[in-house]
Amino acid sequence: MCLAIPALIRTIDGNSGLVEIGGIERTVSLALTPEAQVGDYVLLHTGFAINVLDAEEAHETLRLLSELAEFIAEETGTGLAVEGTQGTG
Amino acid sequence: MKYVDEYRAPELARKLLASIEARSTRPVRFMEFCGGHTHAIFRHGLRQMLPPTVQLRSGPGCPVCVTSDADIDRAIATATLPGVILTTFGDMIKVPGSDGSLQTAKAEGADVRIVYSTLDALQIARDNPENEVVFLGIGFETTAPTVAASILEASATEVDNFRVLSLHKLTPPATCALLDAGEVRLDGIIGPGHVTTIIGSAAWEFLPRDYGVPCAVAGFEPLDILEAVSALVEMSEAGEPAVVNSYTRGVHPEGNRTAQGVMARVFEVADAEWRGLGRVPASGLAIRQAYAPFDAALAFPVKTGPAREHPGCRCGDVLRGTAEPTDCPLFGRACTPVRPVGPCMVSAEGACAAWYQYGGILV
Repeated sequence: MCLAIPALIRTIDGNSGLVEIGGIERTVSLALTPEAQVGDYVLLHTGFAINVLDAEEAHETLRLLSELAEFIAEETGTGLAVEGTQGTG
Repeated sequence: MKYVDEYRAPELARKLLASIEARSTRPVRFMEFCGGHTHAIFRHGLRQMLPPTVQLRSGPGCPVCVTSDADIDRAIATATLPGVILTTFGDMIKVPGSDGSLQTAKAEGADVRIVYSTLDALQIARDNPENEVVFLGIGFETTAPTVAASILEASATEVDNFRVLSLHKLTPPATCALLDAGEVRLDGIIGPGHVTTIIGSAAWEFLPRDYGVPCAVAGFEPLDILEAVSALVEMSEAGEPAVVNSYTRGVHPEGNRTAQGVMARVFEVADAEWRGLGRVPASGLAIRQAYAPFDAALAFPVKTGPAREHPGCRCGDVLRGTAEPTDCPLFGRACTPVRPVGPCMVSAEGACAAWYQYGGILV
């Protein structure tokens, strides 16, 4: 029930926003995220945006994970490359 | 889908698993509080991929599952009142109470409707002014602000036939109750990501401070969960419990203050009855006096008989983490998703449903 999915805000009209979720559009409430702007990704839960996703943090998480993986690979000698993780997020 | 696909990168997941294996030297047991995590863990096969030293255990984080039989009976009794339209999230409709479910009540003529959002329930109230429309308020801190927002909107737009039966529950008090009971040794908690989006990661500071238990708040993709497990292993190995936020794109230390404000305006903290945990002090949300006209519990004080749980059902033990679904004699035999006996087999977040759907268990 705590399922929430990322949705891209296309337009805002007062407390409502038109969002896109994987190609599907839906009107949602922005009552809990008054700071949301067009172009933001929000976490969508039961018709409400419950938070604005932080693009910088998203990118940083992937960067840190790649670094950690690389460090561990060196430390443990697993030696696997980490291609495919760059440029995402 | 952006913010989803990149957190499923198999190569990075393999690296993270290797890092967890390299660091884990002693057996540990972590509980994923949230049923959403349980399903993600099973769907992606993470349990089998973790090293044998790292055991995961499902917790009570399924709002449908922890709703008590007595409360389900109240909901069914309310649904059968003349003129009432009962609206609910889909998960709840098949959950058996002492005698039948909302689904069987619907089959017998009650007007029970599944909605995606509490705002849909509000619209049904607007469209049916001659009826009383009751929304069954199930959910943790993730959902409670959305229900509070609908009550505020009903109040502002004078929709006077909309009511909420608030069975909302709070996750930190339940975690305390579980740890206080001491029935199952836990070396760490995977914190519920979307609950924590609302309440903030700082709300879990009591875990390391009062219980010496580390907590890592996680998102719901495989890399999110593995990152949290990695953080928990690291803290366990170092003997330095803390709260780590492994879901920084969706969770801030202070949470969503707007949502907290909306929730506090409409609800006040009250005791609540949990399946498996019993009555937990200050673990529920009741509608404040100022919004009493929207309180279905006041508008329809239904009487129900004593609640009866199915004698063989071990949902309560599964929710406390003292049993795995396969420990239940009903699992996969008398109790399946098609004919569920207990709520853990019904809900999309229930541990039994996850084991049945993804566990690869032959019964």
